Amino acid sequence: MIDGGREQVSGGGTQAGSLLSIADLSLEQVSAVLQQGDALAAEAHRERVARLDGRKVALLFYESSTRTRTSFELAAKSLGAMTTLVSDKSSSIEKGESLHDTGVTLRALGAECIILRSNFSGAPEVLARSTGLPVLNAGDGMHEHPSQALLDLRTMLEWFGTEPTGLSADTLRGKVVVITGDIRHSRVARSNARLLPRLGARVILCGPVELLPEEALSLAPGLEVERDFERALRQADVAMMLRVQRERLAGLELDVNSYVRDYQLHGRRLAEFGPGALVMHPGPMVRGLEITSDVADGAQSRIERQVTHGLQVRMALLCRALGCGESAGEVRA
Amino acid sequence: MSGAVLLRGGTLLQPAEDRSFRGDVLIADGAVAAIHTGEAGALDARAKDAGAEVIDCTGLAVAPGFIDVHVHLREPGQTHKETIATGTRAAAAGGFTTVVAMPNTSPVTDSVEWLEFVMSPKRQAAVRVLAMPAVTVGSMGERLTDMAALHAAGAVGFTDDGKPVLQDEVMREALRTAGRLGVPVSQHAEDTRMTVGASMNAGPVSFRLGLRGMPVEAESSIVERDIRLLEEIERADKVRPHLHVQHVSTAKALEAIRQAKRRGLHVTCEVAPHHIALTDEAIAGDAAQRSVRYDTRFKMNPPLRSAEDRDACIAAVLDGTVDVLATDHAPHAAWEKGVEFERAPNGIVGLETALGVALRVLHREHGMAQGKVLALMTSAPAKVLGRDDLGALGVGLSADVVVFDAGASYAYDVTATASRSRNTPFDGAAMVGRVRYTVSQGRVVFRAS
Ligand SMILES: [Zn+2]
Repeated sequence: MIDGGREQVSGGGTQAGSLLSIADLSLEQVSAVLQQGDALAAEAHRERVARLDGRKVALLFYESSTRTRTSFELAAKSLGAMTTLVSDKSSSIEKGESLHDTGVTLRALGAECIILRSNFSGAPEVLARSTGLPVLNAGDGMHEHPSQALLDLRTMLEWFGTEPTGLSADTLRGKVVVITGDIRHSRVARSNARLLPRLGARVILCGPVELLPEEALSLAPGLEVERDFERALRQADVAMMLRVQRERLAGLELDVNSYVRDYQLHGRRLAEFGPGALVMHPGPMVRGLEITSDVADGAQSRIERQVTHGLQVRMALLCRALGCGESAGEVRA
Repeated sequence: MSGAVLLRGGTLLQPAEDRSFRGDVLIADGAVAAIHTGEAGALDARAKDAGAEVIDCTGLAVAPGFIDVHVHLREPGQTHKETIATGTRAAAAGGFTTVVAMPNTSPVTDSVEWLEFVMSPKRQAAVRVLAMPAVTVGSMGERLTDMAALHAAGAVGFTDDGKPVLQDEVMREALRTAGRLGVPVSQHAEDTRMTVGASMNAGPVSFRLGLRGMPVEAESSIVERDIRLLEEIERADKVRPHLHVQHVSTAKALEAIRQAKRRGLHVTCEVAPHHIALTDEAIAGDAAQRSVRYDTRFKMNPPLRSAEDRDACIAAVLDGTVDVLATDHAPHAAWEKGVEFERAPNGIVGLETALGVALRVLHREHGMAQGKVLALMTSAPAKVLGRDDLGALGVGLSADVVVFDAGASYAYDVTATASRSRNTPFDGAAMVGRVRYTVSQGRVVFRAS
């Protein structure tokens, strides 16, 4: 591309400490974030709250998300930061005000880092360019959810008994991760599909063509598409299930019953085809649709651990964004 | 009119005939008064008598001023983006001496009053402004405008650009009526039922970016439909309507146009410089090239397509399927573009980069003769508009002339633009050919500094 312009160029000009796409992190940086997350989780409360004492973090949530918002908010507060939530339901987002203007206003009010959730793909890039502040992408449209990929990775490593140190292209060599569901609309799938192959994992994407077009293969080199869930599950070390929204199935004229028949992860199927597989789900789950309760709450599930790891990964990301001392693992990779 | 000018010692280009020769051009009273071919100097005495300004064109090309059949001047109604005065100054800076204004202004140019407003000398246009008013009232696609009255008032064609005429019956009647008036219906070929919520080309890149995509069939299906209508009308109504397809961007639509031309239908089409220069990969950015993701300067409609479609556009220009280059100059203020990709308005400015991109891609990179490239911007658009008095250098014709340095290679710098907006994907991009002077109806309206 010879025609990249100059005016808006960030390429590396994005504030250090931003996390817009998982692709922006080197494996070294991923390693550092996961290690620091572990270290912060183990730290005594008194030390932890001193790390970002009095620092100002804004949560800008244009799309409601109890889970991710609470996780980021608790992560910030655990480190002693002051947080302010600006949500689509609060009056703080003036009707019609641009993301640029809102970002600049938050900066003027003293925000040092902005956590953004938006239903527009690429919104974090706009905010990062507008404010020059570190921006943490908490999910943008159908694009990415990088902190989710990090917490998913932490959970997998724990399951496999692998330390998050010195991650390399061999760390997940020989492991097969099957991501199943509405991949077309999933930012979680996009971030994971970009991260896991870099660690050597074989990533198999699974779902009906309506939810998983062949274009998905272009997300990263080495991805595979498998339409037959049981065939995919048979190879899986990790079965990552995605939420499926009924409305989307209806919009695609896909029958819920046939989706459940072909792609639901239920106890019998897991026992027969994936008896040793780690079961993951980014939530919120639609129990009885893509996953059944016996599996979600079963012995192979680490869905709760994902949530726990989410909190510590996000603490580490905030430390990385704002700089919070050297003692708890490496701060800036 | 006074202000005589002698363009002395340049290489005169006559794109329609694909000829070039050394020569002098004397301009007086808004028209070309004399052309002398051969050694420079034969018109010096006459120029002196006329008190002409002498412009040394040694080493420079002297050609008919360019014609753009597709520009958005944003007046009336959106003068923060552009005005007719600023837009035509940008045109002059790009070597254009005639531009055709699109009607998607605010209000829509769908009446004789607004058409006259656009063409009025009060707008202080630097170059000739022609206009294609709306084909349907308010460009709503339902009811035809008073096409006869608009034609009598100067309309050079009709279009709802920005929107397609979707209903078969409305399009049929529009083609029939415009055909009787002897002007084209210029169609923005997009089946908007297939592009709801989409902000770029459908394909691997849109998947990666998580953006909804516009399938190529959204364009080709309308082109195919319109061609079917042309055939029916020719057979049934004893008129020969002229369909002009705007900014074609897909291999599929180009193939349909190629076949229609072979069958002898009156179809013409345009391709925009950005569609032969760029692909949708630009929206994905490239850290190595320091380009950013979701850069809204790469957002336009029709969108940047795949490399295959871009190559098909180039091939169609080279084989003559494409009649003209048109910029689709579409200014937007920085704050309007500085939003999330999906929310940003479509369009880029293009008047000042057209020559540089066309010569680089078509001439330098694909070996198309320079005269042929220029024909796409001069004689060919004149023919599409049915204006044989434009797009040529000839004694007695309006003195619409561009003088440019055909060999100049440089990087475009948007900060020098004459447009009110700067939304170009070509800032910093390689250009070949730099405009030095533009003469519109005998007046020097642009001089490179
Ligand atoms: Zn258009």
